[in-house]
Amino acid sequence: MTNPAFLEVTGVNKSFGPLQVLKECSFSVNKGETVVLIGPSGSGKSTLLRCINLLEPPSDGSIRFQGKEITEDLRNADKLRAQIGMVFQNFELFQHLNAVENIMLAPMKVLGYSRHDAHDLAVELLKKVHIPDRADHLPDELSGGQQQRVAIARALAMKPKLMLYDEPTSALDPEMIREVLDVMTELSADGMTSVCVTHEMGFARRAADRIIFMEQGSIIENASSDVFFGGEVSPRAQQFLNQILH
Amino acid sequence: MSLELVFQYLVSPTFIHGAIMTLLITVSSLVFGLLAGFLLALLNQVKFPPVKWLTVFYLWLFRGTPVLFQIIFIYNVLPTFGIRLSAFASGVIALSLNEGAYMAEIIRSGLQAIKSGQRTAGMALGMTRTMVLRHVVMPQAARIMLPPIGNQTIGMLKTSALVSVIAVEELLLVANQTASATFRYFEALSAAGIYYLALTTIFMAGQYWMERALEPKRSRVEKRSLLSALLQPAEDKH
Repeated sequence: MTNPAFLEVTGVNKSFGPLQVLKECSFSVNKGETVVLIGPSGSGKSTLLRCINLLEPPSDGSIRFQGKEITEDLRNADKLRAQIGMVFQNFELFQHLNAVENIMLAPMKVLGYSRHDAHDLAVELLKKVHIPDRADHLPDELSGGQQQRVAIARALAMKPKLMLYDEPTSALDPEMIREVLDVMTELSADGMTSVCVTHEMGFARRAADRIIFMEQGSIIENASSDVFFGGEVSPRAQQFLNQILH
Repeated sequence: MSLELVFQYLVSPTFIHGAIMTLLITVSSLVFGLLAGFLLALLNQVKFPPVKWLTVFYLWLFRGTPVLFQIIFIYNVLPTFGIRLSAFASGVIALSLNEGAYMAEIIRSGLQAIKSGQRTAGMALGMTRTMVLRHVVMPQAARIMLPPIGNQTIGMLKTSALVSVIAVEELLLVANQTASATFRYFEALSAAGIYYLALTTIFMAGQYWMERALEPKRSRVEKRSLLSALLQPAEDKH
């Protein structure tokens, strides 16, 4: 490969005390790609995702983001995280702030936006996630699907170069999953580089360029979406697929 | 019994001075107590064990002995080590150190009540630990900490009377001295009681105002009643 990958994870291990949760994980993501991480619970998908923005620094191994090694200097982790958006299973909107304020906070404090500019940006992003009329609602006045879309808008406000989704629809009622996945699909189609932990195979089929299957801390399958859903997968991955698609 | 005399005491310079003294002791002890408590609560989260043990020792020491003992100890024992402080300063230091121990627990429980996911979300946006503490954790924790801090404030107003033992001219000492000199116990003590109640009222109003100010602003949409909220899903099915 002439061009180095946008994100390159090489031989990452992670242990919590005696428990090794990631074993020699290696994969890369090209600019504009959407990669979906699947696997049974406890397989290390979320931990791997949190290693990428150093919320969980890897025990060893290398992670290169835009050609630069990021695991060496953890003191600048906040500068890295400012370029990488993350969306959580439980939304984690700031409970004391309404929707626009949630989106405005980081641009104002981290990027130095004026209140006025941050507000304009927030309003524009709420349009992008299809809830322009919920600007002054507190998180507990919003449905789960709306909260998650505000959370996506909050991440986008930092103009991230990479988006990480950690089971973004697992805490949602079935009828709200769609509205969140639609927003994610639109972002991917617009060329946002994304890594997504999810069990939503429909989304994987529609939006993913590549599928990574993990089990017990190891990556055991890394295939393009066409290959993966074409049935050319390992028996173990096929078994997992059958289980969740039943 | 003379209500006129109660009024005369209320507006007399000695009583006004005593009330100001009580207010001054209370407010300064509270401010320093909050600072000490905040520092202790943060030190308590440090992962280096000796620091943590130091905070535990502090709490043990100051919650384990009477405040009155601490006031007398600081006023009478420190001079033997060459540290000479005025009675007022001794009183405020003793009350602040004591208050710090209780405030530390209130602040610690407030900080712990904010789920770690809120911090993680702040960090994930590129905020530093200090920014997360200031803009994400503290505004939420403050709402939880305010009612117990209000309790402490009113408690402190009354505890401040203890510094009369080291001859600080605060409200109760003034009232008691006046009463002893004139045998007008009812009038002198009533005047003091009125000042205490007035100060308590001010503190309670302040707490109410701060609670209102920290309350997140609800959106202007009309609140759905519980009944309509319950009916909503049923309507959607049709």
